[in-house]
Amino acid sequence: MATLEIRDLHVSVEADNATKEILKGVDLTVKQGETHAIMGPNGSGKSTLAYSLAGHPKYTITSGSVTLDGEDVLEMTVDERARAGLFLAMQYPVEIPGVSVSNFLRTSATAVRGEAPKLRTWVKEVKETMAGLQMDPAFAERNVNEGFSGGEKKRHEILQLELLKPKVAILDETDSGLDVDALRVVSEGVNRVRETGEVGTLLITHYTRILRYIKPDFVHVFANGRIAESGGAELADKLENEGYEAYVKGGASA
Amino acid sequence: MAEAQNFPAGSTTTGSIAVAAESTVATRMSAPPSFDVADFPVPHGREEEWRFTPLERLRGLHDGTATATGGGVKVAIEAPEGVTVETVGRDDSRLGKAGIPVDRVAAQAYSSFEQASVVTVAKEAVLTEPIRIAVHGEGGVAYGHQVVELGAFAEAVVVIDHTGDAVLAANVDYVLGDGAKLTVVSVQDWDETAVHVGQHNALVGRDASFKSIVVTFGGDVVRLHPRIAYAGTGGEAELFGLYFTDRGQHQEHRLLVDHNTPHCKSNVAYKGALQGDGAHAVWIGDVLIQAAAEGTDTYEMNRNLVLTDGARVDSVPNLEIETGEIVGAGHASATGRFDDEQLFYLQSRGIPAEEARRLVVRGFFAELVQQIGLPDVEARLLDKIEAELKASV
Repeated sequence: MATLEIRDLHVSVEADNATKEILKGVDLTVKQGETHAIMGPNGSGKSTLAYSLAGHPKYTITSGSVTLDGEDVLEMTVDERARAGLFLAMQYPVEIPGVSVSNFLRTSATAVRGEAPKLRTWVKEVKETMAGLQMDPAFAERNVNEGFSGGEKKRHEILQLELLKPKVAILDETDSGLDVDALRVVSEGVNRVRETGEVGTLLITHYTRILRYIKPDFVHVFANGRIAESGGAELADKLENEGYEAYVKGGASA
Repeated sequence: MAEAQNFPAGSTTTGSIAVAAESTVATRMSAPPSFDVADFPVPHGREEEWRFTPLERLRGLHDGTATATGGGVKVAIEAPEGVTVETVGRDDSRLGKAGIPVDRVAAQAYSSFEQASVVTVAKEAVLTEPIRIAVHGEGGVAYGHQVVELGAFAEAVVVIDHTGDAVLAANVDYVLGDGAKLTVVSVQDWDETAVHVGQHNALVGRDASFKSIVVTFGGDVVRLHPRIAYAGTGGEAELFGLYFTDRGQHQEHRLLVDHNTPHCKSNVAYKGALQGDGAHAVWIGDVLIQAAAEGTDTYEMNRNLVLTDGARVDSVPNLEIETGEIVGAGHASATGRFDDEQLFYLQSRGIPAEEARRLVVRGFFAELVQQIGLPDVEARLLDKIEAELKASV
């Protein structure tokens, strides 16, 4: 069973010629089939956690470890991490000029699966997955993220999640900027992947709204660069009612 | 009523991408066209038509100090049956029919060449094999002139390959008879020290079609000036270009489509990728629709993909319209970057860095390459693009 283990992770960034520590000792274990929601106020370090796990060059790991099934993730390049089974659905995916969605998806699936998918079954697979996300087939001929609306970008991220079938999926604020209809469609896509029982999901969000569609097994409150409190789904209800205020104050005095 | 409209160029995104102030076709010229170099002052670099060009790297082509060395450039022409290939003197009446030099170096070339070659395709001859012209530099200074003339309803493909090292100023005339169809592929695959400046004039006959594919990979400085004019109604011109500008290279393509005749079409699409410090690509796209040219249909487009820091693009589309009675006229210019965030995104989907870059560049050029319509040329270009990428990453 695939397991992502994060131990005492410290991460810093260079900003204005100064080093700023953002993650201050994160401990978390995500197992295949589990869904963990990470919730927290702006600036608490949630997205930094997501991008550090994916290997974004902006972030420097100063101490701690991350392993996937015992393999050292931090030693891997960005593409090696993806091929090992990590997937990050980004909050702000970038435009890639000159590369069509269909070409991108096929290249990516070939890299992750280790061989080119058979053309006939692949076309069908993409078509059906796109239909499930209520995406127009013409979408495949557009350049990656070029001129996409906010909702189209998120659907495209979840399309990749469904096609690449990672062991651990990190969803960075996938719900932000979506209207209710789009949120429902995107959540259904995530749930299809979860229902296979083969993916561990790390759902990073600012709002509790998405948790009505995607039920977490665990909820973690992120504040001041670490997990401040962990609990079950009921913790989300508490946050819904009380907000993050208690944690922010706690962080400030720490 | 004469009405001139100038649309300033629209270049976007980050990096050192400059958009020149608007200027008109007329003001681009610092002297009227002439075959005689003495009619042009020596440029100092601030003239509209020279302001992007590093004059100090032209090795004297612009100021009269570059003296032909003799045997500096070898030209070999391979032509199938039905084609006449001649080497002629300066006084041959077929020279200079497609256009007059519009700048000092083009006039220098016309004033300095000793022999020209004339390739003639007889009327109604439809060639099944291309005419191949190999221009190979052997390190000298040379001036040249080339004419390709198609009789009425003739059809031909010409592939011109420029290789080796040279300081070359040479003009080309394409003369298309009524209903003729000519496709020209001009590949500038020079060594990295070569300097190549030239004006390529095409005179498109009534109902004739001219298709030009200009491919520039090599050279220290390459500055080409493709120009189109129409000799009768119903003419069509398609001008495709592809360049890959590496570190320290200056590659400049300056186009003019002169819609001087009613009911003609033109379509211009140039795409370039740049990488490395001091890579500089310049694209000037001038389209002039004269008052008489009713029913004109024209579109021009330039796209640039900047792969690394330190490269520079100047892209200046320019449309002057003197009649409103046209089918269509438009232009577009855009310059985008391939940056670390894009690389991260592709890598985060399992695609290795080198493949990611290749994916982006191939995708960028593929659409254009597919329009060439000559499978062996298409394959060769894609291979060459791969090689360019490998050499640098």
